Amino acid sequence: MAAASGTNDLSSEMELDAFRRLFPLSFHERHLLESIRPDGRPLGRARDTSLSLGAVASANGSALAKIGCTTMLAAIKLEVMTPTVEAPDEGCIAIDFHMPPICSPLIRPGRPAEVAPVISKQLSDTILSSGTIDLKELCLVSGKAAWMAYLDIYCLDADGALFDAALLSAVAAFSHLQIPVVSLNDDGRIVLVSEENGGSMKEKEPVNKEKIKLKMNSQPFSLTCILHKNYILADPISEEESIMETYLTVVLDTNYQLVSLNKPGGPGLASTSSIQDCIALAQKRVKELQQILSEAISDMEVD
Amino acid sequence: MDIERAGGRGANQLRPIDCFRDVLSRAHGSASCSQGETRVLAAVFGPKAGTKKNENPEKACIEVIWKPKTGQIGKTEKELEMILKRTLQNICLLSVHPNTTTSIIVQVVHDDGSLLPCAIHATCAALVDAGIPLKSLAVSLCCCLTESGQILLDPSKLEEQKMKAFVCLVFPSSVNSVLPEESTPATTKSTEQEIITSLTHGVMTVDDYFHCVEQGRAAVAPLSNILKKKMRSQSAGKSSKAA
Repeated sequence: MAAASGTNDLSSEMELDAFRRLFPLSFHERHLLESIRPDGRPLGRARDTSLSLGAVASANGSALAKIGCTTMLAAIKLEVMTPTVEAPDEGCIAIDFHMPPICSPLIRPGRPAEVAPVISKQLSDTILSSGTIDLKELCLVSGKAAWMAYLDIYCLDADGALFDAALLSAVAAFSHLQIPVVSLNDDGRIVLVSEENGGSMKEKEPVNKEKIKLKMNSQPFSLTCILHKNYILADPISEEESIMETYLTVVLDTNYQLVSLNKPGGPGLASTSSIQDCIALAQKRVKELQQILSEAISDMEVD
Repeated sequence: MDIERAGGRGANQLRPIDCFRDVLSRAHGSASCSQGETRVLAAVFGPKAGTKKNENPEKACIEVIWKPKTGQIGKTEKELEMILKRTLQNICLLSVHPNTTTSIIVQVVHDDGSLLPCAIHATCAALVDAGIPLKSLAVSLCCCLTESGQILLDPSKLEEQKMKAFVCLVFPSSVNSVLPEESTPATTKSTEQEIITSLTHGVMTVDDYFHCVEQGRAAVAPLSNILKKKMRSQSAGKSSKAA
């Protein structure tokens, strides 16, 4: 309590930025008492989100997602590979998350971020266990050839809620994915069918002329919330994440089933009622994100 | 319809737990915990002077190194290290020794399901063995969900792979959990166990998740009694290691 009265005495004389740097927790708590956050958002609202599909022209599918200042670029490249013996009619997806030094002043060139492999693993678990992509759709010739999809997500600006933005960009990249038309040539190898070979189509039947776009079942969307005393802050910025360290990530799919609920420890505890509140906030967020994704897809199709 | 489990275990039955402290002579604290066939060894070194670069020097820092049984260290191990570190940040009293680092090394001896709960129990016992100040112990368990919606506690590896989804929960094991039942009927609402850590894998409905949490809460008291008994039984005549 002595610290609080000390800050009260100083706050009248101190400049706002100095107070924010010296006493970050009191600065944020003063805002929370008024049910608002330093950037003017109410506690349960996420930042402005935007999606842009087809950001990388050379990739088979790509998307750029921005939640507030957090920016993620996802790109998918497809390669033909032989499927495993245990799953001869299934393709494979390899997901990798990179945090290059451009995204944050805390990340130096030689030193990879600690958070990057963790988010990478969580993304692969979420996307593969949510069943949103049926691996059988990536099959070309059963037992001989299938697609390997390499999904790479680059963080271009790390400003909190990295997992949310990464998952959104991954889902958007998959919905933009165009599988190229291929055919089996005489050597038994898969080759790309290009536009000029119109005449030789008779000998080389395209293997997959129907499957151009992946069919996605219920897509997963996520929301990260910070739990601080009795407050729940949705979609934190990096400053809030570093001060109030307890967070909870809820991933719901479009059928409102729980794909993942991740609370990795932290100084605060979560009661059932706060988890229920976070799930309710996540349900609202799923609706918003679904709308944003479908608008982005229809914008692409108009072009 | 009840699913039959190997060894005739009931849906709510946990595998036999065993916990030994002071298994390593050079570490400041060590413990080995086994749940059924799963076995984990934990060693604690610390507190050592100084914190790592980006950590807060006004608090103690915890560093976890997870060693798998086979293979190289990859993303799975990094994720488990982060989860264990953050869980321990909740139960350790970090302000008692500021500007110090406590290193915890977890070695997986055998993985037969419920690996993270076993590791958490081994780590808590090792911290107790090393004398690191703790707010409370942590009690953890895994439950998995079958296709029919039945909840099975403490799954083995085969069960984990076959099930639709599983949840891993960590609760603080506070004094309330060892009080006799007659004294807590009026206050059961306010002393509801809050969750330190919760991880899920697989798709489930929100209601299923909360059922798993309820089952988990019900198992906290007996599990923490067993663990405390195991830890107490070895504490006679121990000298300090840190000297």
